[in-house]
Formats: sequence, C-alpha cells, structure tokens
Amino acid sequence: MCRIGAIKSRNFVHPSQALLLMQSQQKGHDNSGFAMVMHDLGGIFAHHKHLPTLSMACTDEGLKLAEDMLHQTGFQRVLQWVPETNDRPGLDINAMPNYVFETFDYPKYFKNASQREKEDLLLDMRLKLRKALEVDEQGFVYSFWPDVVTLKEIGDPRDIGTYFNLCEPDEKFTARVITAQCRQNTNYDIVRYAAHPFFLQGYTALANGENTFYLKNVEFQRKLHPGYLGFESDSQCFLYTLHYVHRELGWPLSYYKHVITPLPFEQIECRDDRETLLAIRQSLAHLEINGPNTIIGVLPDSTLFTCCDAKKLRPIVVGRTEDTVVFSSEVCGINEVLPERDWETDIYPNEREIVAVDNQLEVQRWKQ
Amino acid sequence: METMKVQSVTPNDMPWRIRYDASRCTLCGSCVAACSFRAIECKVERRRMVFSETELPEPKQRFSAVPVIRQVKSIRHYCRGCGICEKVCPNEAIRPERNIDTRHPILIRCLHGEAIKRGGRKNLEAVMRTLDKIRVARISQMTDPSLDAQRHSFDLLAPFGRILPPKKLPLGVSPNGLLEMTRQAPPVRWVYPVIIGDMSIGALSWRMWEAVAMATAYLNEECGLPVRMCSGEGGVPVRLLKSKYLKYMILQIASGHFGWNRIAKAMPHMVEDPAGVLIKIGQGAKPGDGGLLMAAKVAEHIQAIRGVPKADLLSPPNHQGLYSIEESVQKMFLSFNAAFKFRVPVAIKVAASATSVSVFNNLVRDPYNIVGGFFLDGIDGGTGAAHEVSLDHTGHPIVSKLRDCYLAAVAQGRQGQIPLWAAGGLGKTGDLAADAFKMICLGANGVFTGKLILQMAGCVGNEMGRCNACNTGMCPVGITTQEPALVHRLDVERVAQNIVNYFLAMDQEFKKLMAPIGNSSLPVGRADALAAIDRGVAEKLQIQYVC
Repeated sequence: MCRIGAIKSRNFVHPSQALLLMQSQQKGHDNSGFAMVMHDLGGIFAHHKHLPTLSMACTDEGLKLAEDMLHQTGFQRVLQWVPETNDRPGLDINAMPNYVFETFDYPKYFKNASQREKEDLLLDMRLKLRKALEVDEQGFVYSFWPDVVTLKEIGDPRDIGTYFNLCEPDEKFTARVITAQCRQNTNYDIVRYAAHPFFLQGYTALANGENTFYLKNVEFQRKLHPGYLGFESDSQCFLYTLHYVHRELGWPLSYYKHVITPLPFEQIECRDDRETLLAIRQSLAHLEINGPNTIIGVLPDSTLFTCCDAKKLRPIVVGRTEDTVVFSSEVCGINEVLPERDWETDIYPNEREIVAVDNQLEVQRWKQ
Repeated sequence: METMKVQSVTPNDMPWRIRYDASRCTLCGSCVAACSFRAIECKVERRRMVFSETELPEPKQRFSAVPVIRQVKSIRHYCRGCGICEKVCPNEAIRPERNIDTRHPILIRCLHGEAIKRGGRKNLEAVMRTLDKIRVARISQMTDPSLDAQRHSFDLLAPFGRILPPKKLPLGVSPNGLLEMTRQAPPVRWVYPVIIGDMSIGALSWRMWEAVAMATAYLNEECGLPVRMCSGEGGVPVRLLKSKYLKYMILQIASGHFGWNRIAKAMPHMVEDPAGVLIKIGQGAKPGDGGLLMAAKVAEHIQAIRGVPKADLLSPPNHQGLYSIEESVQKMFLSFNAAFKFRVPVAIKVAASATSVSVFNNLVRDPYNIVGGFFLDGIDGGTGAAHEVSLDHTGHPIVSKLRDCYLAAVAQGRQGQIPLWAAGGLGKTGDLAADAFKMICLGANGVFTGKLILQMAGCVGNEMGRCNACNTGMCPVGITTQEPALVHRLDVERVAQNIVNYFLAMDQEFKKLMAPIGNSSLPVGRADALAAIDRGVAEKLQIQYVC
C-alpha cells in the first residue's frame, strides 16, 4: 500500500518534517523509496524565487550534457547547490552519482517575454533535457521551475534521509509546502520517474491508489499537451488532468473534481448547473478516473488540496494548527508532526469534496 | 410402375424433414392449421394390413384408407423448421428435423430462376465468435478493490449526440467563479447503452412494433432505464408522434424516406422532441443494399403509414443526390438538425466496411460538429428481408471494425466526440450484456440490437437456417407478418414483459461485469480490462493475449 503526505506552513519547513511524517506510516508502505517536491522555497533558494531551479539526478556525463544544453539555450547559472551526501556503507540507497539543484537566469532574449512564454520555455527545456539524458540513463530531470525543487530516490526512506542529510533540520533547505511519498511504483517497472509526487509547470500531484481508467486517461492525454508524457505511473494522469483543467482550460480548481469524479447522472439532473456539469462530463469523459484513490495536489500559487475517488476507497486526514496544515494518509503521521494540535478539528474528507488550503492557511471544504 | 423422375421434388431435397408418428397422432389437425408455410397437409394413405383370425396362421390382408399428416412436396411451400407443428401438437407426434442432405439451395435457384431471399442473419459459419475468444480478465484484487454489484451505484449511460472537444466548450467563468454556458452546445442525450435497433413497422407486425414501444416506455417510466428505440424506416403511428412517449423514439430516415411525409406533417403537433434522428446509409446484414419490404407484407395500414400502394418496397442502395460525404453532412445533417431547431441529436448508421474508418474520420473532422453518433453495423446483423448472397457473403465483422474506428479517434485525440455505437450479431448467444460490455471496453459507447429483441418476443429463427422467413409475411409467431391471423398469435403484453425483464436482467449483468474490474461508470475504451485467448484476435484488437 502507498502512503502520501503534505505539509503547508506559514513558516519554512525542513524536509526532516516530511520524513517524520512518512516514517510513522512505514508499515503502510514498502520503504522502497522517498520522493518529495518542495514549493515556496526558503533557505539558500529564498533570494531567487522568481528564477527556475533545475532538480536533477545524473551521472557526470549527464551533468555536463545538461549544463551544455542549458548554456547553449542561453540560460545562465546563478546558483548551484549540491547536497552533501553521507555515503556510509550499508545504506539502502540506489543513488545516482550526482544530485544537483541549480538555479538559472532566463536567456537574455527572454527578458521581455511574457510569463506564459517563459513557462513554456522552461517546460520545453526540461523535456529536451529529459530526452537527452534518457540515453543510457545519464540522468533524471524532475523539475525546472521557479521556487520548486524535487528529490526522488530509490531505497529505504531513512537511509535516503541519512544519505542526503535530511534527518537533521537546518536553515538552508526549506520550503513552505512539501509533498512526500515513500514508495515505488508496483504496477510498472521501478524507475525514478514513476515515483510520486509528479510535477509539471508549477503543478504537483501525488496519489495513493490505483487509477483503473489509466488507459483511457493516457490515450486521451497523449494528444492534449506535449508535457503529458512518460506515464510511468498511472497516477501521473491525475497531474496532467489537473494541469489541463486548471491551466489549459482555465477552469477553477473546484471543477477538477467534476472532471475526475463526475457526479452520477441522476444527481447532475437535480442540479441548477446541470447543463454545465453534463457538458464537462461528456467532453472530458476520458479524464474521469476510477478505482480507489486519494490525491494531493499543489497549484502554482502554492494552494494545497486533496480529494478522493467517488467511493472514498482510500483514506486521507487533514490536521492543523495556527501555522501549519498537514495532510496524511494515516493520522499517526500528523500526530508526529503536530503532536499538540486539537485533533478534534481534524478533517476526514469525504468522497464528494475538495479540501483546499490557501496561503493564509484558510482551510476550505468545497462540496462538489 | 411409373418411370422414375429424378427431377421431382421430394422431402429429402428440403432443408427440413417432417418426422411424423402416426401411432401418436390423434388427427386433431392443429399442426396443419398452425403451419403458416403450408408445408404439411392432410392426406389419405392406402395401408395394407395382414392379419389372421384363426388359431393357426391363415394370413389375410385388408386395405384401408388412413388419414395422415404429410410433408408437402413443393419448393414453394417447404418446411422452414420453425417447429410450430411440434409446439401445437398435444401428443408430440410431429416435429421437423434438419436434413443435412438438403439440395434446397440448388433446387430453389434452378426452379425459380431468381436469387434466394430470406430474413435472419448470416447462416454460414459455426465457428467460435471473436467475442467468445475475449475475456474480461483484469479483475480488481488487493491493490484496488472490486466493487459490490448489489451495494454500489453504477452509472450505466452512454452519450447520443455530438460532443465538443474541451477547448470548444462554450464555457466561461462567471464573476462568482462558476463555469457557465455562454451559448448553445450541440444536443447530447445520455441514454441506456443498449438501443433497440431499427426495425420498421412493416418489417414487424403492428403488434410486435407496439410491444417494443410499450416495453421501451415501461423501461423508462417504471424501471428508470432510459432505453431508446429506433423507429426503423417506415414511419411512426401518428398517435405516438403526438404523444409524450415520442421522447423515447429515435426516428430513422433511410434512402426510401418511407413514413417521413407523416412525420413532417406531425411536427407542429409534437409535444416532445424525439430522442434523436438516425440517418441510415447502410445495414450490416445487406451492406450496399437498400431496405426491402415484399409486397406480401405491405398491408393496408403499412400503405397508409408509408403512403404507398401495395407493391414491393425497395429503398435505393444510396441516398439520392448524395454525391459525397461532405454533402451528406451539409445537406442531410443540417436539414435534420434544423428541422428540430438543433435540439435533437442526429446520427448516422452505416454498414461496417473496409472503408469505415475513412467514413468515420470524415465525420469526426467535420467542422460543423453536428454528426451526433456513428452507428456501425456488422455482417452478423439481422434483417427482415435480403438476398441470401448478401446476408452470407457481404459485409464486415463488427468487432475489429469498431476497434479500428475507436483507435482512429484515439490517434487524433478525438475519442468520444462522435459516440460509437456498434451492432451486428451482438447477443447472438443470448448474452447481450457480455457482448456489449466487451464492445464497450474496445471503444464502443453503446450497442444496438434488433434480432435479439425478436428472439425475446418468441422468434424461433436461428443462424443455422431455422425459419428465416421474415420476408415471406408468413412469420409463424406473428412478429414479422401483417397477416391478421398470424399477428394475433403474438401476446403483446407478454412480449413487452419479456423485453422489460431481459433488460432488467441485462442491467444486473452489466453491474456484475463492472464491479469486478472496479468501475462505477462504463469503461469505454478500457481495452486493458480484456484479454484474448487467441493470438490473432489479441494482435488485431491490440489487447493482451492470455492462455
């Protein structure tokens, strides 16, 4: 089984908190990996929030290839941070030789480009890097986006934490939003790209469950956007649908739920907005999901949200204090991170709602 | 003794032989009276009996005239194997038996000098069907739970109407953050994924057609299943056109335009829109051929509904004045969309063919977004009347062709924009839910069925040459005849009840198929749920092979 978690705070949080959140749930996952995406960065990245940071695991050759490609395109490196690694014997980790986080300034000819053009450039660059580094597995490019870093490794989460020195909190490597997951894919091959959370143009998604409409989703999404590729995990479909609905179609987040788990027809018929809901359901029928799922997502503005499948076949709990909100598959994870909270205010989201947390930490429950 | 004439027709030349047991027969005459084909008759046979009246044998003989039932030796009045004689016989004294030595296909051509016509389905092969080589194999276990067919709710509906791609939806975000429709979108109706196929009044007896219409209304009004029935080409009773039940009917127009005079005239009086319009270009059972209603079946009420004299009614093989698919879209679809003010979806029905994907591509790329459904009919479909050579030898199997069309849509990112509806031999084994479900997994939005509906009503015809006499107007069970005496054999209420019950059973079976794969809405295109036990089938349909 899979466990997922997320922390969103007014303060900058170190990934050790994410490890803490996930470790107490370790009986529920198979300790086969650790992956996280950090949004709204603090520490060493705090001064370059508007510039894209590349998160990449690679060989020496891969690193050179990627940097050459970036320089050729006109990107100029402004910051590089290579985590100190603790490669002591006996650690269960299958690490790549290099793990780099590099922040770049945009090419000069993009100085006056629109935000949209810059965003498309970043995606295009990431896809080119990914393709180039795929040859002989020279590297894995997880994200290339402002104010976002991604880390994914195969191995025991505690050992990965030890290896990257993530267990001890510090001020250098922090963020206000961290999403994390501790298990490798079992449906398909174990590859780094298959580990949640998945990231695309400011959007992050991770899930616990199984998407039995995977094939339908994939066949449809492949033609929707050049960034919808890979599909190493059935859960990538959740991210692409989120990106499509919110960014490409420009619909409010609440409609994401109507797309992935539409209301039954008989309920739609009773609604005032039935015409709209029917139009959405029929037009995006191939983005509907089925099977048991809980999804956690992050939007480009750092809004954190969660929702479930239409029959609520996977759990999620939302716990909170004044300055922090934690999502977790199991409540024991929240108990570790927020031991002093009032657990009576915990939210157990139902199958027909989205629970969203904005940057003021206001928790909203949108009934579908 | 007379010289033997080998050209004489004898019962052994016929496709069926009557087995008659004189010792069980009470001579009630029921079988002769019931045989609509006049294939048996009362005869008197001269019998010789040898007997002895003394203690020691002193054989004597006596001749007597004995009334018996005998098979008619006529190529015109031959036994179709319908078994009505057996059904009415109180003593099981008579029954038809298949004659494997029949010379009938040759004789009938030799003696009549014209092509054989009949009803029913393709009668050729007895091999395992493609759909029977496919299993629903992706069962939810452990990682994703199966659903409970009894406890969970399921959305068993399919679209009928043109569906816009997401970026063309007329939706805008209102100031309060809600999506709102900014203009009219093409009409789409969500209906039960099994449409009762297009069988006309004329092909069917008025009582049969009425029974199907009754069942349709009952399924909608009382059972909550939004089943739609297609009228077939041949009009609709005016009373129904003006009633609220019109909303359950899909009106068909085919190349003969039969019945449309009345429909057009009734338009101002309609209180409900019809469920849709289906433009029939072709039919799977006789592709490239128009409809055929033999004069024998053009009774007075058929003449009235269709506005025709008593004559063979042949719909042309194509729509007159239809030179290209673009013209078809522009003229026919726009006309019918406009006729109902763009409130009623208009779909097309074509026979499956090697060219189906091209036709589908043309329609799915049309810039008007008005073709609201692609009804694809395969070679195993039934018909009321066709040339046997067409039935048996022309056409394309539905399964791979439907899959081809779906994958063509996928390749263009247009899946679902024109709903795909498939037919042609589905439910042939009696289990429509399984066939329909597999077709849905392969990419169909729904299926339509005709022949199976007749079998629910009591049709005894099958794919091994039994009966298949729909074209003669002599249907022994009153389904495809306009002969009052035969039509009254049909109990309208019982037929409606059978159809309703079949749909209710099928609905349960759909759920029993959806639950194990963990889906609460129809798995359209979920080919990963299927596996084939035949490599060729797996390869062609792009599904996994298992053994």
